Amino acid sequence: MIPVGRRNLQGNHACAYAAIAAGCRFYAGYPITPSSEIAEKMSLELPRVQGVFVQMEDEIASMGAVIGASLGGVKAMTATSGPGFSLKQENLGYAAMVEVPCVIIDVMRGGPSTGMPTRPAQGDLMQARWGTHGDHPIVVVTPASVGEIYTETVRAFDLAERLRTPVIVLYDETVGHLVETVDVPDLSDVTSAQRKWASGPKETFLPYADPGDGVPEMVRPGDGYRCHTTGLTHGENGFPTQRPAEVEEMTRRLLGKLERHRDVIDRFETVRTGDAHIVVVAVGIAARAARRAVVEARAKGIAAGLFRPITLWPFPEAAFREVVAGADAVLVVEMNAGQLALEIERLVGRRGKVARLNRISGEPIGPDEILANIEELARHGHR
Amino acid sequence: MDTASANDFDIRDYLRVELLPHFMCPGCGHGIALRALLWAVHDLKLAKDRLAIVSGIGCSGRVGAYIDANTFHVTHGRPLAFATGLALARPDLEVIVITGDGDCLAIGGNHLIHACRRNLHLTCLMFNNEIYGMTGGQVSPTTADDRLTTTTPYGNAEPSFDACALAAAAGASFVGRGMTLQTVALKNLIRDAISHRGFSFVEVISDCTEIFGRKNDLGSSPEMILRQKGSMKPDTYGNVVDRPFRPNAVQTGVLARNDRPEYGDAYRAAVLGAAGAAVAG
Repeated sequence: MIPVGRRNLQGNHACAYAAIAAGCRFYAGYPITPSSEIAEKMSLELPRVQGVFVQMEDEIASMGAVIGASLGGVKAMTATSGPGFSLKQENLGYAAMVEVPCVIIDVMRGGPSTGMPTRPAQGDLMQARWGTHGDHPIVVVTPASVGEIYTETVRAFDLAERLRTPVIVLYDETVGHLVETVDVPDLSDVTSAQRKWASGPKETFLPYADPGDGVPEMVRPGDGYRCHTTGLTHGENGFPTQRPAEVEEMTRRLLGKLERHRDVIDRFETVRTGDAHIVVVAVGIAARAARRAVVEARAKGIAAGLFRPITLWPFPEAAFREVVAGADAVLVVEMNAGQLALEIERLVGRRGKVARLNRISGEPIGPDEILANIEELARHGHR
Repeated sequence: MDTASANDFDIRDYLRVELLPHFMCPGCGHGIALRALLWAVHDLKLAKDRLAIVSGIGCSGRVGAYIDANTFHVTHGRPLAFATGLALARPDLEVIVITGDGDCLAIGGNHLIHACRRNLHLTCLMFNNEIYGMTGGQVSPTTADDRLTTTTPYGNAEPSFDACALAAAAGASFVGRGMTLQTVALKNLIRDAISHRGFSFVEVISDCTEIFGRKNDLGSSPEMILRQKGSMKPDTYGNVVDRPFRPNAVQTGVLARNDRPEYGDAYRAAVLGAAGAAVAG
């Protein structure tokens, strides 16, 4: 049963409960450490709400089945880790292209390749953005606690449905296996959007026409619209096209769709950034260590702050630019060889120093180490 | 009965006629296979709104777009995976997969064997033209020995795959093979496959005249389709395992059939029933 009220929950279990609370009624997956608890919990809970769980033959098939179920009109999700996430990229691109709402959980472990299945890492930040080929829209959210896994998984379904796009919930193994006390809301208090269904006359319906907000209405098989869905570049009528003007218009709408809905997409947390001279940027478990480091730096008289993107992609650029406008230095803390730093360097440009603190040993980064790096920046005049 | 059925079957009732003319090559067998499918749909009186066609990539994958139904043209080799999700989520739909020999047996081989094993109610039509036609004529898993293709310029050294033997061995509860030469028999086979409760696999022998035919000097389209007759053994029901596939002898008709439980029904009965009891308890 879905717990409500104050509970001790594991991150991966909170993810499963949140998905069901958000209306997910289909799960297809393939076992992979450190995400398997999500599949196990879904296999137990989904039948209790008349949902369907299926363990497919591989990661590719599970992504395909999720898209198939969503095309059928059912909220659907899968969960995986780095190696499986690589395999999912093919069909993830299809979901982005034909605009199918779906949620993919990637619990990050050490990589590349098989890497360290039981060790935490943040090596998929760029794969989550650019893993599938071609220019494509994608939303990626990065919770940093068990409670936030719950709220962000609910929000992932909300965004997927509103924007007709795949949404990735990306967190490291530490957060996934952490057990924390969470206030689980009553199911009736959880709100999650439902896609807009096709309406209007069936004869003239155009499945990929822009109704004004960049997000076309979606056809439900059986409702009488009998449309065509293809991963080939298609026009408003859903059929393949290679006419340059039509291709350009469709692709621009697809890519521009997210920019038009930044109000619901962008989410971030700031800690004492108002007067900060040194801004730390981090996500997931690294951000929790960074928060502690910032508080300790303040106690030592260093004007440090934390910017934590909760929506990682598209990156909350506007808010970040505002935060760093008055800062001298930015410290990017991440459990990889430097991925988020690339985006931060792009945004900061030549206006300030961007320092990096990276960990690729399969361990989280502790507050002391971050504090030492903040102090080092402060010693060099960045205060 | 077939005459009466033919008389009131107008293929245009099931096509998106506004898309015609289609883009298949002259002489391609896929149009005949499409006609057999739609004729079977007509015989079964399936509502177009409830019909979902899922196809992969290749010449076979492009056939679905012409059908006036809910049509999904998905990624290469994955139509069975998409169809599995769709059929599990929407058991009220009649889901039919159109795939090709490359799509189904090479890149999609893993999905095929597990779809056969799982036995979800789906119909999988594999249009076998022995070639990757869409990409210009490369060797496929069903290309016969010694055939010339753009990637076997010295002749094919690989043995061809017997898809029906594979499907039967993997547990498909309905396996059949038909030919574009015999449209009525093919239509009846597809009709029986759709009617069968469980996973049905039908291989449709279809000719690629423009690419495969030219490359191997197999003559005109009529000559190619008549060659099907010379190589087939109609209406045999024997054990297909360990027999040589084309070009020596091709068995047609229903090749395997069993009444294993259908996966969707079994899942809903066992899992949803138990979970419901647990909730009640």
